[in-house]
Amino acid sequence: MLREIRPAIVLVIALTLITGLAYPLAMTGIAQALFPRQANGSLIERDGKVVGSSLIGQYFKDDRYFHGRPSATTDTDPNDPNKTVPAPYNAANSGASNLGPTSKALIDRVKADLDTLKKENPSTPVPMDLVTTSASGLDPDISPEAAFFQAPRVAKARNLPEDRVRQLVTDHIEGRTLGLFGEPRVNVLALNLALDEMGKGQ
Amino acid sequence: MTALGWIQILLYCVIIVAITPVLGRYMTRVFNGEPTLLSFVLRPVERIIYWLGGVDERREQHWLMYVVGMLFFHVGGFLILYLLMRLQALIPYYNPARQSAVAPDLAFNTAVSFITNTNWQNYGGESTMSYLVQMVGLTHQNYLSAATGIVLAVALIRGFARHSARTVGNFWVDVTRCTLYILLPICIVYALFLVWQGIPQTLGEYVNAATLEGGKQTIAVGPVASQIAIKMLGTNGGGFFNANAAHPFENPTALANFIQIISIFAIGAALTNVFGRMVGNERQGWAIFAVMGVLFLAGVVVCYWAEASGTTALNALGLTGGNMEGKELRFGIAASTLFAVITTDASCGAVNAMHDSFTALGGMIPLINIQLGEIIFGGVGSGLYGMLIYVIISIFVAGLMVGRTPEYVGKKIESKEVKMAMLAILILPLMYLGWTAVATVVPFAVAQTNNSGPHGFSEILYAYTSMTGNNGSAFAGLSGNTLFYNLTGAVAMFIGRFWMIVPAMAIAGSLVAKKSIPPSAGTFPTTGGLFVGLLVGVIVIIGGLTFFPALALGPLVEHLAISAGTLYSAN
Repeated sequence: MLREIRPAIVLVIALTLITGLAYPLAMTGIAQALFPRQANGSLIERDGKVVGSSLIGQYFKDDRYFHGRPSATTDTDPNDPNKTVPAPYNAANSGASNLGPTSKALIDRVKADLDTLKKENPSTPVPMDLVTTSASGLDPDISPEAAFFQAPRVAKARNLPEDRVRQLVTDHIEGRTLGLFGEPRVNVLALNLALDEMGKGQ
Repeated sequence: MTALGWIQILLYCVIIVAITPVLGRYMTRVFNGEPTLLSFVLRPVERIIYWLGGVDERREQHWLMYVVGMLFFHVGGFLILYLLMRLQALIPYYNPARQSAVAPDLAFNTAVSFITNTNWQNYGGESTMSYLVQMVGLTHQNYLSAATGIVLAVALIRGFARHSARTVGNFWVDVTRCTLYILLPICIVYALFLVWQGIPQTLGEYVNAATLEGGKQTIAVGPVASQIAIKMLGTNGGGFFNANAAHPFENPTALANFIQIISIFAIGAALTNVFGRMVGNERQGWAIFAVMGVLFLAGVVVCYWAEASGTTALNALGLTGGNMEGKELRFGIAASTLFAVITTDASCGAVNAMHDSFTALGGMIPLINIQLGEIIFGGVGSGLYGMLIYVIISIFVAGLMVGRTPEYVGKKIESKEVKMAMLAILILPLMYLGWTAVATVVPFAVAQTNNSGPHGFSEILYAYTSMTGNNGSAFAGLSGNTLFYNLTGAVAMFIGRFWMIVPAMAIAGSLVAKKSIPPSAGTFPTTGGLFVGLLVGVIVIIGGLTFFPALALGPLVEHLAISAGTLYSAN
């Protein structure tokens, strides 16, 4: 039995160095050389400053911007380190609501959101994704329906013709990959950046 | 449910069937010690490791020594991981977010979790672990626990394949070859694909972005892709981030998602082919594959239907389109449910949607999958040895029916094998039902649930089921990072892993010594539809008897409550 100790020690150390150090470091080097944009987080810059990542959702609450899905992420309470406070789209602490189908808290929250949205646009049915929280709390996308739903509000807040805003949404719809995988979607941050760009042109 | 959804599911099945014989052939060569395409690079590395470790490649081990080697190996892995987590604040390398030391109970739970291939996460990766721990601790352990599972299955296969022998292989040789020839090359290509799709791979600091509305957003990054590749291929499932494969940096696109679910089943499926090849009849492997396939499809159909139907309470508010709470838009309902079924069929436990927010019946399917023992393709290696244990029980039952000594692939199945198989099967419910029972009468443990009513019970049941089954997925509302859950969970994970392994290896040791008997007219054929049906039946009956009462208290009651419109306020 004792003669199994030496191989145990040597193999643990050797394989740690290979799989735990050489492998991730080599992958980092290769990835940085081949795909530097993705390897660093698909960051978006505007006027030389990082404004976010194309893959990570951002919190929008201003009427002038399209809003993403509700987010359940939290942050440490600044007043009490043992507690957490809601902090939507906290990209340093991903997470979900984890509320089940019989949760009163979930249904109450959805109802409140529905009321707000119905006031904003009474003529269109509210899309499911606009009132449900995502799994990561960082979902960068909304459905095309959810974007069109918000078009009247955004157009009004920006004094733009609604048709132009709807056209912008249409231009930003990404289809299914290879026509099969995933769902049609609109990247909220990209759409809002384009919106700001359009405002500048006027 | 949509036609496109079903086409994705069908395409998935076709791809798994197609890669099984290819990967199976390659893996068989690796474990038979034959040269492969990559030998010219890897053989020198392999020889250096043996030379340093004093390993004689030609000397094989008795099953007991094989297990002892495996245990020593895990003690070493555990110590490295535990110490790294405790000391990460003191090590000046690869810790740009300046993470502080991990608490002792959490570090203990996490170390047990990773050596047992569970990867239960009582921590949020981006808020707890330094890059050093993620790489040297967690990525490394993802490799080793996966390799260990695979080689144990191979040792059991040798028990069936060899006759009148004493040894089942050399653990050190198997584990080295598995890591170098199978896991590492696939992961190198795979990780680069993932980076191309958008997964970060950097040692730089978390990014501070100035948002469009004038706020600040700190974006966690890191050496993610290299860890995700082995996390999925090795059915580990422990995420770099708290939200796991739902996080856009772990699973950025629908295409990356599809490749990730293929990689979960790839090795588990291929091992059925390795089994067939080693026992000299590939159809034996395909019969087991068919059993797994039937159970897999049954789960997909129910789970997809339940989630696409949505929840009564949300539908009553006029919302349509299925249950999107806790799901990511880019995956939608089809890819989220497919992922949930696959990750729990296998012992992966990565999640791209939150099982806690699934409908009652949709969330019950992952729970059942784990409770069946994760034998549907299963964890790498552990799925096959778990399934072979059920095969032994089924052959025994068939033997009782016709009054003959049962035999399987030329080996007589006698009382010792059946006793060991039952021991392995019984320990799982003892752990997850036992600990669930304890937790539900401890007020402090109940207070950690995020939902009340039957769903709160399901959270506890899911937690111990997942940890015992070494899955690692969760009804994640449960606040598991407490002394109670950290310690009891570690016990469940440890027993759930090793109490399966030791009886399985004892079976290997017993079988390997037996003579091989040629099939006769009275031999029960184990490659046809009758055998497949019998095995599915035995699995469902044993499973049903064991956990139906617990399911009745959780998801089933909840389903009735939903239908009646009952809602539960939080604790």
